[in-house]
Amino acid sequence: MQHQKLALPLLFAALAVGIALFPLVGDTFYIRLVAKIVVLGILAMSLDLLVGYTGLISLGHAAFSGTAGYVAAALINKAGILDLPTLLAASLTASGLVALVIGWISVRTTGIYFIMITLALGQMVFFFFHDVSFWGGADGVNLADKPAVAVGETVLLDLSVRINFYYTALACLVLVYLLLTMVLHAPFGQVLRGIRINEARTKALGHDVQRYKLACFVISGLIAGLAGFLEVVRGGFISPAHVNWHESAMVLIVVILGGMGTLVGPVVGAFALVLLEDYVADLTDHWKLVIGLFVIGVVLFLPDGLIGPLAKGGKRRLCLFRRPKETPRESIGDA
Amino acid sequence: MSDTPFVANRRQFLATTAAGVAVAGLPRFAIGAPKRIKVGLMLPYSGTYTLLGNNITDGFKLRLAELGEKLGGVEVEFVRVDDESSPPKAKDNAAKLIVKDKVDVLIGTVHSGVAEAMVQVAREEGTLTIVPNAGSNRITRELCAPNIFRTSFSNWQANHPCGDVVLKDGHRNVALISWNYAAGKEMLDGFKESFVAGGGKIAKEFLPDFPKDEFQAYLTEIAALKPDAVYTFFSGGGALKFIKDYAAAGLQGKIPLYGPGFLTDGVLAAAGPAAEGIKTTLHYALTLDNPVNVKFRESFQKATGREADVFAVQGYDAASLLAQGLTAVKGDIGAKKALYAAMEKAEIDSPRGKFTLSKSHNPVQDIYLRQVKDGKEVVLGVAAKALNDPATGCKA
Amino acid sequence: MASLPPLRSGEGSGWGQYPASPGERVRMDAAYYLIQILNGVQYGFLLFLVASGLTLIFGIMGIVNLAHGAFYMVGAYLAFWLDSVTGSFTLALLIGVPVSVGLGLAIERFGFTHLYRRDHLYQVLFTFGLILVIGELRSILWGNDVYGVDVPPLLAGSIPLTETQSYPIYRLFISLACLATAAGLTGLIRYTKLGMMIRAGASNREMVQVLGLDVNRLFMVVFGIGVGLAAFAGMIAAPVNSVHPGMGDEILIISFVVVVIGGVGSIKGAFFGAMLIGLADTFGAVFLPEAAGVVVYALMALVLVWRPRGLFAGG
Repeated sequence: MQHQKLALPLLFAALAVGIALFPLVGDTFYIRLVAKIVVLGILAMSLDLLVGYTGLISLGHAAFSGTAGYVAAALINKAGILDLPTLLAASLTASGLVALVIGWISVRTTGIYFIMITLALGQMVFFFFHDVSFWGGADGVNLADKPAVAVGETVLLDLSVRINFYYTALACLVLVYLLLTMVLHAPFGQVLRGIRINEARTKALGHDVQRYKLACFVISGLIAGLAGFLEVVRGGFISPAHVNWHESAMVLIVVILGGMGTLVGPVVGAFALVLLEDYVADLTDHWKLVIGLFVIGVVLFLPDGLIGPLAKGGKRRLCLFRRPKETPRESIGDA
Repeated sequence: MSDTPFVANRRQFLATTAAGVAVAGLPRFAIGAPKRIKVGLMLPYSGTYTLLGNNITDGFKLRLAELGEKLGGVEVEFVRVDDESSPPKAKDNAAKLIVKDKVDVLIGTVHSGVAEAMVQVAREEGTLTIVPNAGSNRITRELCAPNIFRTSFSNWQANHPCGDVVLKDGHRNVALISWNYAAGKEMLDGFKESFVAGGGKIAKEFLPDFPKDEFQAYLTEIAALKPDAVYTFFSGGGALKFIKDYAAAGLQGKIPLYGPGFLTDGVLAAAGPAAEGIKTTLHYALTLDNPVNVKFRESFQKATGREADVFAVQGYDAASLLAQGLTAVKGDIGAKKALYAAMEKAEIDSPRGKFTLSKSHNPVQDIYLRQVKDGKEVVLGVAAKALNDPATGCKA
Repeated sequence: MASLPPLRSGEGSGWGQYPASPGERVRMDAAYYLIQILNGVQYGFLLFLVASGLTLIFGIMGIVNLAHGAFYMVGAYLAFWLDSVTGSFTLALLIGVPVSVGLGLAIERFGFTHLYRRDHLYQVLFTFGLILVIGELRSILWGNDVYGVDVPPLLAGSIPLTETQSYPIYRLFISLACLATAAGLTGLIRYTKLGMMIRAGASNREMVQVLGLDVNRLFMVVFGIGVGLAAFAGMIAAPVNSVHPGMGDEILIISFVVVVIGGVGSIKGAFFGAMLIGLADTFGAVFLPEAAGVVVYALMALVLVWRPRGLFAGG
């Protein structure tokens, strides 16, 4: 097992502590913003598992978070269910199933085919929620109420109180980080990394690569579902736009921006992007131009992301193996 | 929702907390009225509806300038947020203005989905809100509140009178087409209510996905159905395309086209002869010859270099409404009850004609019948006088 | 939410119905079906034009060009602007296409070149950044209004097909233009040296490099062609479309579906995929109104389960 640099986990711990203490000093608006960032961070970490560790570039990730959100919204609005554990279980099951199906179709391809298929399948999910009127149509639905945990008549945790939600989201962020760290350290995680570095070789070592990819997809889909559930509770609203490929692309940018393959990088990326958008939107009406140039800049000049320098130390050995994945031949997908 | 045991408890808890917060949150202890209020503009400043956002803003600013840069004796400071017409970002954008920038008044927005989300935040936080466009019926029905006002229209209002118009023109069998989203359906429903009640029949209703603008298949079917008339709502790019495709398919002139004014507003120049003959109903028309409108068009053109439109009027009137309210309370934006009461009773001398507000704070206004003749919107008459939206579900 | 249930065509929500049920229609004769097929095929032709550029870029360069729709939009806005400045649609086409191709070449030279050795991820995100940048530049240069482009007077008429419906001559012209382009592309790929290089590059880029062919130049040319096709499609479609800000996004996803179905890198695949989608979309709109959007994707999912690489992959 590789020695993990301590720098990254320390960074995460620092972030978590910072987020925990922020409500003591921050003003209401920024507390709301940080809650949004935390949820985005969870979503980005789930994508990092796929992209950064396993090398599966998915452009349809929003399908999983969106499905969870929609299922939660439907249960709350139409069935009046407000019990948090039940809602969470239902949402995660839904997103996990969608991940299973999309994963099963997608992992049979590689390279750009994979990217395109995830994009197209993600859009299919988009149109499902957009067209079928049960889900509220093109304009989306507002949440009638917010979930809570209760035993009998006593309310243990009520998520309609903002500060409760804030700390619940933070707790989820930490739990997901720990969970993913464990998974990635385990033999399962090692195989995933092997798939990213060199799929053919990993296969030659006897691993059923398709199975691992599919499992990775499902785990990623479940965590994305958690993020989607949290987002719909946070915003009190869900619409097809939450499932659109633009969303998927933005999460991908967050992952790259922070530094993929590091778990903490995506969280940093979430902070960077949301704060940047907030700041630039105040400056000019053409803020999208700035964001677009920013994205291009990151792609061209900051490929390892904001925490790249921090992460590079432990990754130097891995760089040697990166070349094979980048040759043009493999990129069309005949392997 | 009533069978979950803990809801009652939570409601109580929330109610007391909210009351406590409200008391604690009373804004001003200053003696006398503040000299300046913050107006938050939540409008689309990018994307398809940018022109509407800009026209509403400029209309508001024009009225402000006419009143000597003061509303009710108070100066105005603006804060803008580009809502991108994006419903998912709506609540965050509204929170930005209300919570971060702590605006006194919120003006917004164009897109109904965004407006509904925005109104929900405004209701929670108790911020005075004026809606200068979004026509979603719900805003002055289920979502009505003492602090929510609208100076535009409700989707029902803009379409209901056309039912009688179509029947009067002798058409009893009509095909409907619009996009499959809340605004489209509300527009068509408004028309259907009066049309069918008057004995009309719906040949078929088409609801292509929003924002799909490939209409050939539908036009072919309409041609095969041969209805007496077609009633439609589209806006922006879709409206232009539909008008042009309709004409190119040879249906113009053979099967008359009707719709709410949004079908033709803003696209007449680009549509050219294809738009000739289309009859629409709306609470405004550029060619209205009342003195307020004549002056308004001139001033707007002079101030912005652009032709005025219904959106500019709605922004203009929002400023008038706010001004009347503030004048009545001598500029004290904190005197909410008195302010809202004054605004409710306001009579606005608008370029569209005089109008008042209903109990649910929606305009009670005349709806005009217009027709496109020689590339211009000609007013044929008043389709409905002092039309009041039935505020079903409004508990104010 | 809105209290009235969504309506299906054919029902009047009980307030008045004519005809009685979805299956029954007035005069569903051969003429009606023929015209609908014509509609579907014409839409398919336009899709083909856009998708062919996309599939070339995919197949030869291995790039997922999310900005393809943005170039389509650029074409449309150029058509509008040049037409209003010169007064001639033909002139607009003649100037606009080279300008778009030039834009494509510049982006390839200054942007993509740096990314060929990198992971697909960076290429994809680069094109996403391009969408934002191109979109805002368009907003700065031409604003966000909706524009119309007049059909050139020569092609402005309509041919009466039934007593109520006429078919616009210009749409026939579009179909012909697309057909000509398809023929031209096929000819290019089958019978020219450039075409040979394209085919070689599509099947084995490394080998092509080893054989001494200038792959960089090949990429530049292919990208230029791809962008040119998208812009050309945007331009000739401008008179029947409306020129508006969202048009790039709308056409992008559907062209993706066409390429996924037809097979990456295959012009033939793009053609058949486009026809399939055009017809499915047209007839879906008429027969399955509530699920029209999903029909296209369901079709795509079926194809993918059967042939993950698309119908004509590699050819």
